[in-house]
Amino acid sequence: MKWIAATLLAALLVLLPSFAGEFYLNLSSQILIAVIFALSLNLLVGYGGMTSLGHASFLGVAAYISALLTSRYGWGHGPAAIVSILGTTVMAALFGVIALRATGLGFLMITLALSQVLWGLAYRMSDVTNGDNGIPGLTRPMPFGIPLDSPAAFYWFALIVTAFAYLMMAIFVSSSFGSSLKGVRDQPRRMAALGFNPWMIRWIAFIYAGFWGGVAGLLYVYYHKYIHPASLSTASSAEALLGVIAGGSGTLGGPVAGAALVLLLKNYASAYTDRWNILLGLVFLFIVLVMPTGIVPGIGKLVARLRGGSR
Amino acid sequence: MIAPTSEYALEVVNLKKAFGGLVVTQDISLAIRPGERRLIIGPNGAGKTTLFNQISGDMRPNSGQIKLSGADITRLAPYRRAHLGLSRTYQIITLFTGDTLEHNVTLGLLGLRPSRWQMWRPLSFYGDLANEARRVLDAVGLLHLAAHPVSDIAYGEKRRVELAMALAQKPRVLLLDEPLAGLSNTERSQVKSLIASIPRQTTVIMIEHDMDTALDLAETVTLLNYGRVIVDGDRDAVIADERTREVYLGV
Repeated sequence: MKWIAATLLAALLVLLPSFAGEFYLNLSSQILIAVIFALSLNLLVGYGGMTSLGHASFLGVAAYISALLTSRYGWGHGPAAIVSILGTTVMAALFGVIALRATGLGFLMITLALSQVLWGLAYRMSDVTNGDNGIPGLTRPMPFGIPLDSPAAFYWFALIVTAFAYLMMAIFVSSSFGSSLKGVRDQPRRMAALGFNPWMIRWIAFIYAGFWGGVAGLLYVYYHKYIHPASLSTASSAEALLGVIAGGSGTLGGPVAGAALVLLLKNYASAYTDRWNILLGLVFLFIVLVMPTGIVPGIGKLVARLRGGSR
Repeated sequence: MIAPTSEYALEVVNLKKAFGGLVVTQDISLAIRPGERRLIIGPNGAGKTTLFNQISGDMRPNSGQIKLSGADITRLAPYRRAHLGLSRTYQIITLFTGDTLEHNVTLGLLGLRPSRWQMWRPLSFYGDLANEARRVLDAVGLLHLAAHPVSDIAYGEKRRVELAMALAQKPRVLLLDEPLAGLSNTERSQVKSLIASIPRQTTVIMIEHDMDTALDLAETVTLLNYGRVIVDGDRDAVIADERTREVYLGV
């Protein structure tokens, strides 16, 4: 039953371009990018117990590095992508050393502060980043000579990357290291007594999450062909965090559902009203009140209850 | 790291710990031989758990020294001490309540193995870990509950899982902090025979209030009061000592 559903879903995702229009394909590509981003944030929030309000740093910095290298310095997309991901990962390692001096609220505040610094830099260093104007006129890469300019081509590209990212993060959380991370989240003192190094485990998870945040950033800049300091903003981090929490943190399906929900709301509601944030807020309020653990665990419980009741 | 050999499994030298003006352990010295069964007794607030917390590294002493098989571990992080062969259980049960018993014991095994860093391979692929965890659960008589989450099992069974996690590590020195606390009579005798069956390669140091049961398990006894060692020596000598009566009976 599970396998049939998974196969059907996979077929639907692969064949989407054959029946969906451009608007829906572009929306789907954006959702896929948001899914990678939310999954990477969920490694920290859900599996590591480290709630971050600065995860957009990794998305934004990866996007800016790629944008600058390709547009200003004329680099090819291949080397630019490698340097962008490497740079973002190294930055995550440094940020981790700073942020992991604290846990809980302290950690949250440090990640927030660090991301605000980057956002400020992107605004102020206008001779490098073009400031509030952003960097327009970027191009998409051509992997194996295939142009990604059509919505369908980009969608498939994003789908492949997202599927790979999902698989890697799913293996990560079910691995020995994933168990160590969850253990450190639940009982850090006990884990230390058992021989685990809690700080090192959190730090490595932070770097890994930063790496996938960077991957999301690359896709983000490829999709929009434009980058603006807003991608580094707290609002961008908070939106992803809301998606993770609404979908169900600490689950694999949660961030997927949450990220899709945020983007759907944003796209549909913003067509009717400028104040779509209010609607987003109300929807989240509703979810948190009705399903405090998130949509995916909430629906799971509901299904279990219905099945149990019918017996 | 090869620890220098020593005639003592664990040595504590002039250990002092104070919280502000409140001195919790003052000048405690202990020397415990390999394979020894040591019982630590004393009234509430005598500094027993604080002593354990310093040995395991959860607290740093203000002064003094802790040696494990002769190697100075006073300033080592708790996880490094575990790798040198130190294991402990907690007075307040500290388990991973949402996970199965098998997973709890597996974490105990994983803590000392390099594979705890492995990120590209699901934990369930390690059949040897699962087998070993089930073997340890069998040894404490909980194999039939291996697939249940800890939140499902009874209090006395949780105490045995605490023990299983520590025993899975085959420690050189095992610290047991009130392993019998809150148990019924049947559970008590189960845990007692479990502790009695710990192999002699493991030195056991136990804090326990239930003297009837604990004295049977002990060879040597240390009596603490107000953070000091009052009497220290062979079990029968300590029991017979006047100062023990004084502390416990107030005469």
